Amino acid sequence: MDYKELESFAKEIRVNIVSSICSIGAGHIGGSLSIVEALTLLYKKHMKIDPANPKMEGRDRFVCSKGHAGPAVYAVLAEMGYFEKSELLTLNQGGTRLPSHCDMNKTPGIDMTAGSLGQGMSCAVGIALGAKLKKDGARCYCIIGDGESQEGQIWEAALFAAHKKLDNLIVFTDYNKYQLDGAIEEINNLEPLAEKWKAFGWNVYEVDGNCLEELDKAIIAAKANMGKPSMIVMHTIKGKGIEFVESAKGGCHSMSVSCEQRDCAVNEIRGGLC
Amino acid sequence: MLKEKLMKEVFTDFIKENILADERIIIVDADLSKCIGSNPLEKEFPDRAINVGISEQNMASVAAGLASYGFIPFITSFGPFATRRICDQIMISICYAQQNVKIVGTDPGISAELNGGTHMALEDIGVLRSIPHIVIYEPTDNVEFAAMLPQIRDHNGPVYIRMFRKCPPVVYKEGDTDFNLFKAKVYREGKDVTLVATGLMVSTAIEAAKQLEEDGISAEIIVCPTIKPIDSETIIASARKTRAVVTCENHNVMGALRSAVAEVLCEQCPTVLQSVGVKEQFGEVGKMPYLRKVFHMEAADIVVAAKKAIGLK
Repeated sequence: MDYKELESFAKEIRVNIVSSICSIGAGHIGGSLSIVEALTLLYKKHMKIDPANPKMEGRDRFVCSKGHAGPAVYAVLAEMGYFEKSELLTLNQGGTRLPSHCDMNKTPGIDMTAGSLGQGMSCAVGIALGAKLKKDGARCYCIIGDGESQEGQIWEAALFAAHKKLDNLIVFTDYNKYQLDGAIEEINNLEPLAEKWKAFGWNVYEVDGNCLEELDKAIIAAKANMGKPSMIVMHTIKGKGIEFVESAKGGCHSMSVSCEQRDCAVNEIRGGLC
Repeated sequence: MLKEKLMKEVFTDFIKENILADERIIIVDADLSKCIGSNPLEKEFPDRAINVGISEQNMASVAAGLASYGFIPFITSFGPFATRRICDQIMISICYAQQNVKIVGTDPGISAELNGGTHMALEDIGVLRSIPHIVIYEPTDNVEFAAMLPQIRDHNGPVYIRMFRKCPPVVYKEGDTDFNLFKAKVYREGKDVTLVATGLMVSTAIEAAKQLEEDGISAEIIVCPTIKPIDSETIIASARKTRAVVTCENHNVMGALRSAVAEVLCEQCPTVLQSVGVKEQFGEVGKMPYLRKVFHMEAADIVVAAKKAIGLK
């Protein structure tokens, strides 16, 4: 699959995200848009999965530890055929299978529940450990937030995954530089982030997380790596790909989206003028 | 003989047998395996007896990940660290996510003795009891515990086991097998007052019943090892008969047995209720006889409470 095709897929994911969030009027749009390239590469290229059989034995797992990016994961799952795209418009409606934060017991294709920050990463470590014990060759992929990395549990999990040499675990940090209350560096700085992961015994890559080619190379390298878990620090832009969201910077963690804004965004994503 | 064993040995024997017989069983420790007795398992079964080090939050969520992969992890720590310290991980990673993880918290209540107030779980049941669908079980003695462990393994869902580590008082006869995880047991029939007891307080209640008998009072004893879901049927049947109830627990009286029994009685069979347990106090260091005295958890305290309950009928 070439990058042009992946790029078109990523555009559709962005359309799905803005459309589903608009359907309920507001949501976690910024941190959903920043991880679109990572999800595109994982689901379209790298993960061993079968959308027709979401519980397939030996499949690769994905944990969205920054559980509030549920809308991004649902956008991909729908595009992959786990459920109808029309269901995206039920996001956060009473009785929906698509709640704000990922829920493995509600949504086909979601491998782990997350929402209380820090926990999903430990769950991913448990999954990777389970795959090692079962010797089924499965990998576990996980995305954590940069703000989430302020949680102590992330570093408990980091220490243990390296100790267990979980080379079937590939974690991404969505380093979009903003958390709910503002800029990471002003609230509780993470730097030097890549060095921290190296010091914890991880195999570390630092890439432009919104560049498909660069990110793809890092994933390929991480998959080939043996003996250590891998961390891909993705420098991303919160709200990437939609001007009114990107320009809100820290304000786009959760924001309202009107029908007018959605129409304009869909045009913008597909290459038209707003 | 079970009665000669430490309760932690009953547990680790079960885990060892099940590691050998059932590929789903895993034990996860957080640097207390030498205290809990699972340390030799880590050497014998390094893949199935895992130590995450001093990181209880990680332990709970890693176990949830393992459970999502089809394993049945038993996670262990001292009571306070297996519950109140990781309440949110139990709530979200394990219970909300519906993962089949068993949580073992040792040294319940005042049995933490010389580790003192910081290690004394007097609120662990209260902390967990409002989480939907979690089962909360406190073993009465080794005979009952050995019979319940397979039921706990086979129950598809989270269970909190509030486990004494030492050699517990003997309550049941060796060979008794008639135990149901979801049923309380009428241990002794009586007509004047009902003593509902859990864990270490069962043998204290038995002693109190003998003292009451000497005073001409007939006490019924209900052993209630599973605090959630509580066996309301057995409690109500007894309350209808005696019209006076005393709860006896090794826990803060707020949030655990007294609360569960009070909820059942108030809603279905209003009955006079008194309680023996820790009342609005933190734990403190000391040996069991001292702690029983300062927290008013002796047989004599149950006798006083029973007489008061009868007087209020």
